This record gives sequence, C-alpha cells and structure tokens, in this order.
Amino acid sequence: MNRSLLDVRGLTKHFPGVRALHNVDLLLGAGEVVAVIGENGAGKSTLMKILAGVQPPDAGEVRLNDELIQTATVRDAQKLGIALIHQELNLADNLSVAANIFLGREPRRFGIINFGKMRTDAAQVLDRLRTSIRPDTLVSRLTIGQQQMVEIAKALSVDARILIMDEPTSSLSQHETEQLYEVIADLRDSGVSVIYISHRLGEVRAVADRVVVLRDGENAGALEKEDITHDKMVRLMVGRDVTSLRDRESTNPGEPLLHVRGLQTTAYPEQSVDLEVRAGEIVGIGGLVGAGRTELLETVFGVAARRAGTVEVSGDIVRANHPEDSIASGMALIPEDRKQYALVLEMAVRANLNLARIRYGHRAGFVNRKSESRTSVDMIKRLNVRTPSEAQPVQYLSGGNQQKVVLGKWLSLNPRVLLLDEPTRGIDVGSKQEIYELVEQLARDGAGILFVSSEMEELLGLADRILVMHDGAIAGELARAEATEESVMHLATGAPIPETADV
Amino acid sequence: MSDVKKTLGIAGLLTVICLYTAYNSSNFYSGNNIENTLRWTALFGIISIGVSYVIISGGIDLSIGSVVGLSGCVLAWLLTDKEMSVPAAMVTITAMSIAIGLAHGLLITKVGLQPFVVTLCGLLLYRGLARYLTDDGSVGFGTGFTGLKSVANGKIAIPFIESFAVPTPFILLIGLALAAGTVLQFTIYGRYLFALGRNEAAARYSGIRTDRVVILAYVFCSLLAGLGGVLFALYFNSVQPSSTGEFYELYAIAAAVLGGCSLRGGEGSILGVVIGTAVMIVLKNAINLLQIPPQLEFAIIGGVILAGVITDEVVRRMVAKRRAAQRV
Repeated sequence: MNRSLLDVRGLTKHFPGVRALHNVDLLLGAGEVVAVIGENGAGKSTLMKILAGVQPPDAGEVRLNDELIQTATVRDAQKLGIALIHQELNLADNLSVAANIFLGREPRRFGIINFGKMRTDAAQVLDRLRTSIRPDTLVSRLTIGQQQMVEIAKALSVDARILIMDEPTSSLSQHETEQLYEVIADLRDSGVSVIYISHRLGEVRAVADRVVVLRDGENAGALEKEDITHDKMVRLMVGRDVTSLRDRESTNPGEPLLHVRGLQTTAYPEQSVDLEVRAGEIVGIGGLVGAGRTELLETVFGVAARRAGTVEVSGDIVRANHPEDSIASGMALIPEDRKQYALVLEMAVRANLNLARIRYGHRAGFVNRKSESRTSVDMIKRLNVRTPSEAQPVQYLSGGNQQKVVLGKWLSLNPRVLLLDEPTRGIDVGSKQEIYELVEQLARDGAGILFVSSEMEELLGLADRILVMHDGAIAGELARAEATEESVMHLATGAPIPETADV
Repeated sequence: MSDVKKTLGIAGLLTVICLYTAYNSSNFYSGNNIENTLRWTALFGIISIGVSYVIISGGIDLSIGSVVGLSGCVLAWLLTDKEMSVPAAMVTITAMSIAIGLAHGLLITKVGLQPFVVTLCGLLLYRGLARYLTDDGSVGFGTGFTGLKSVANGKIAIPFIESFAVPTPFILLIGLALAAGTVLQFTIYGRYLFALGRNEAAARYSGIRTDRVVILAYVFCSLLAGLGGVLFALYFNSVQPSSTGEFYELYAIAAAVLGGCSLRGGEGSILGVVIGTAVMIVLKNAINLLQIPPQLEFAIIGGVILAGVITDEVVRRMVAKRRAAQRV
C-alpha cells in the first residue's frame, strides 16, 4: 500500500493561450482510490488524458513501478494496464455487451471471431462486477447505469491495474451510484487502483482514500482519508479569496421583468425552478458543468421543450412552442456554442446581424436592404466588431468578434430580457472586458440580465445576485455582498453554506 | 460573391461548349436547332429550379421524375377520359402537386424522416399510381387541344427575323426564373432558406420557423415538377405511364449542382441553375451533332459535372486559405 504504483512528476501541458497543467505531481498506491478534484478548467481532464495516452505531455515524467513509461497512444496505456473510462459513454449500442467489451480485440479462431470464448470471457468479467448484465444483451437495451458497468468491464478485460474514472456518476441514479461504490471497493480489495474524478464532493468522501486537489493547472494540496471534509476540499479548490474584480455600484432594480414559475426541463424532469429577474438587474447562475444551467436557459427561451411551468415577461405569458414567441415578447438568448446555435458561419457579418431582425420592417416580404445595412453599420460601430467589411463571412472573424456579432444580432431588437450562456467562453481578454461593459450598460438602460457562467470571477464580478444550481435545481441564492467563491462552491457541490462564514 | 463567380464559371463553360460545337458543326446554329435547344432547356430548367430550392434548404427530392409522369398521366386522363375542362384539370393538377409537396415537407419536418427516404418512397409511389390509373397503357391528346399544346410546342416570332422564333416554354422559364431568383435573393423567405440550409439550429435559435420554410420549399419543388409534367406531356403529345419522366430528377439535381448548388445546403443561384441546365442540354445536342457515340452520353455528362464540382472545391479551398490569411 505504501509503495507507490504510479508516480507522476512535473507534468506540464500547454494549449495555445492556455496553461492547462503546470508541474503537477500525483502518487497512486496499489489498491488505492485517489480522487482528483478541482473547479471547471482546473486541469483534471487534461491530466487524465495524458495518463491514458490520449494526449502527450509537454514535460514531466510518469513512472509505473519505478520504471519510466511513456504513454504515447491509448493502446500503449492499455498495455501497461492503465484504462480511462470517459465521462461520455463510448459504446456501439447496436452490438452486444460481449462484442463491446472485446471491440477491436475479439478472440479469434482461424480468423473468425470465436463467439463462444468471447461470451465466456465477457461473463467472467461481468461476474467480477457482480452485475446481472448478460453478455448477449444488446447495449441499446441497457440503462445508462448498466452501460457504465459495461465500460468498466471493458476496462477490466484488458487487465487494467489502474482505472481512471472521469465523472462516472454524472448520469447514474442514486441506486446505481451506490452500486458503483461497491464495485470500486471490490476492485480496491483485489488490488486495482482507481483514480476518481468528480465534481460531487459527497461522493468523493464516500469512495476516496485520498484526495488530490488541482487549481489553475497546479497542485493545490492533498487530503488524507481522515481529513476529507467538505470545507477543506472547497477551501483547497478555491484557494484564494476572490474579491470582486469589477466594482459595480449596487443598483436599485426596477419592476420584475422575467418571471419563471414551476419550470420543469426535460433534462431534469423531477426538479422545478422558480426565478425572477428585475429591470436593471444582473442575475448570475453559478454551478458546475452538468448542473442543468444551459437546459434552464434553453427551456425559458423555448428552444428546448418545456415540461411544465410558466414564463412571463412583464406580466405577459410566453408560449412554450418556439423561440419566435419569446423573441416577440422581448427575450434574447446568447447560447454557449455560438458556432452551432447562433451564427451561420458562411454568411456575411451583415446577414448574421440581421438574422433575427429582418422579419420586422420588411416591405411585402422583401428584405429592407437599407435598414439592414444601417443596422449592421450601427452594430459594428457600437460593439466595436473588428472586421474588414460587413460583407465578410463571420467564419473568418476571431472568437471575440464572432461573439460580438451574436450580441449585435439581439441588441438590434432592443431586448428587455437577455439570457446569456457562458458569454465569454473562448474569447480574448479585451473582448471580454468590452462584453462586460456592454452587459452593464444594458442593465443600466433597464434590461434584465440572466447569465450562466462557470468563471468565478465573472460570476462574482458581474452579478447583483447569484443563483447556484445543483442537479437541475436552484440550490441557493447569494446576494452580491455575501457571495464568495467558497459559498458558491458549497452550493454547487451540494452542501449547505457553512454557518461559520466570517463576515 | 462566390455565387456570382460560380455563375460566371458555368457560363464560361457553356460558351466554350457552344463555340466548340458550332465550330465543328454548322447545324448547331441553325434556327431549328437553337429553337430545340431552348425548348429542352426550358422544360428541364423548370423542374431544376424547383429542386434547387429544396437543395438550398439542405434536402433532396428524388420524386420529381415520377411527379412529372403522374401529372402528365393525370392531365391526359382528366381531359380525354373524364372530359374535364382545361381550367378544371389544371386546378386539379396544381392541387395534387401541392398536396404531394406538402406531404413530403410534413414528413420531413414534423415526423423527422430523411428527405432522401421520403422522396425515394414518393418516386416509387407516384410511378405506381400513374401506371395503375392508366392501366399501364399510353395516354395522349390525339389531334385535339391544339391551343393548350401550343404552350409546350408553340413559338413566338421575333419581328424581322424569319429563321428563328422563341419557343413558348422558354418565355415561361424566363418568367419563372426571374420570380424564383427574386424570391431567393431579395426576400426574407430566401434569406431564411439560405440560413437554415447552412445552419438549421442557428436559424431556429434566431426565431425563424424553419419547419414552415422547409415545407414551402418542397411544395414549390413538387408544384414545378407537376407543371413540368404538364409541359412534357403536351410536348410529347402522349405519356408512357411507366417511363415518361424517368430519371428526370437526376437531370434536375445534376443541373442544380452544376449550376452552383451544394448538397450541403445554403448555396446556389437560379441563374446558375438555368445555365447548368443549358450545359446539359447543349452537351446532349453536341453528342448528337458531332456524331459522338450516343452510348457515351451519360459518361460525358457525368464527367463534365464531376470536373465542375472538383474545380469548385479547389477554388473554395484557395479562397478559404486567402481569407484565413487576412483574419483579424
């Protein structure tokens, strides 16, 4: 147990413009379960991808049983007994369980798949996991939890000594999660080591022998079994007291603009959400990836089906059918993935800026070219879009300028309620600042802003009020004065706010 | 921008083929041959314009040839068997064509079926219906209906020119092309069609009722196929239920692609499609005039289209590279 099986030292990885990992160390003993935790973007996934041979590191070394190893490919890693179970399931659901477990490594006889051996071998691995899944069942007939088990069986079938699980419970029910704990305990007893990545601190406490915390791509600290508490984990994840970067004079919000009552999304049908945004108010939605924030915005806007609940803008009920209704009532949504959901990349800046607007002010169905051109010139100037001309296809603009085009598309309609989903994702610092100023200006002009952000500084700096989501529900609300990175993380990871918070 | 260049490219190709054929065969510029070429271009151009709307929306319509056949059969059957009046028959065929397009559009948008599958089933279904309706025997107009027939085989004389007159269907094509081109280039509907052909999700997130736009494209396509069927039937003076219109969908799609439409959606112009149709018709004409073995007809048309799309792709990459270099 004390002897280290895996010894990672000084791992460093850069992506263009981002330092994903810097000098990260990690120790793992045989038969040990180590949880790796950290905020969104702390470097957990990059670390795991390097260990599993998905990406090469820029610097650093990895030793297995004191031997220097290099995992250039996934197959190399598998040969050494390191297997990664991705967050998203990677199964061919038109094939049987056994066929999936041995995909690409089918036992053969005379060049033909030896189905009998494949079935018995698969049954053996599945037995080890104490599941009732039969090797011949089609994967498409399994529940998500059972599919997760098949993934684990697949990893074990290559004689994995080290299993890396990336958010394994993100789609499991409570019961399935508990089953997974038992499987992990069994694996540990049989000498398999597990690296467990999770956002859910309750789970980490249940399964981990040790916790390693990453922050901004660096080691932030580690906790031994007896020290693992919610508070300590959050403190290490957060690390610093983030004071509000932006000094916003507190505003006096006006009358309520957006009213959401009893809203149920299809992603979290068992939860229901109520919220309110007033005129001139900036409300932030915090939470971890997968907490249901995007689904909430999309359902309010009407692009995702609403299961139940009402949405009102200034007292008028908005029908749930189609975004056309929400737009007519003064709403706008800036989605998280602008290339997929907001821009027609091959079209000109001008056409994109007018995509939502041309239906108003047309003449007998004809596009009003004069007003179209005026709008695009105005918006390019107002938002400082850097483009050689308004005829330039948006695909050739930088991320920040593309986002400004998305904003401009909506601002040309003077929306009363602006929904923004990760509005500054993947854009440069300068454009970020401009977007913050713009959002504040809109609020001063009386719009209601509801924005989702995974960036703490943005959330704390911009919002008058923060709603924190966890598992599809609003776990708590924080006023600007009481919101800290720690209090947000507590709510986001499913824990109550500690009462000892010193003010 | 690039649409204009594409159209210029295909117009250049048409000019080269015409010049080459004219140089090698004086029959090419005889009044009769020009009339014929224009007439065939018009007949095929009309159905090609229809399918280009569907292709710009990112879809496909394989049923056009069968709709041509069905509409021709129904016209002959209504006028001769049922002795219906000409206006009533035209209204019936219009309604039938609209219903066909509406069914395609609804199945594709509301039920979520693939355009390829829906219209492939249509191809089989309408051909079968046409054959059943006519007992698989040829139907025709005999020597009557000369007034109606002149829409397809008539011509309009040009003052002071005796050797050449403009075929009536060509006038019809010009009118339709102007209307379809105007809608595509200058109306909100056209803008929506291009936008959703490129990125349906972004269009929907911008509040566009994408389903309605797509359904209308299929209705327009079937309507023009129905009209095409009427014209072809009148021109041939008789309709073979099992073969009239067979493979016409492929000619129409080929003309649209040659004229600058991309099957990825969101690209194309009506002028390009009309010129694309002309290229195909002139190629067929040239094969005939230059005594190239007619067995090679398909091979030559296929080769020309392939060369066209390869050129288009090469140019597209060059432009992308240049644009990327001036990225801000």
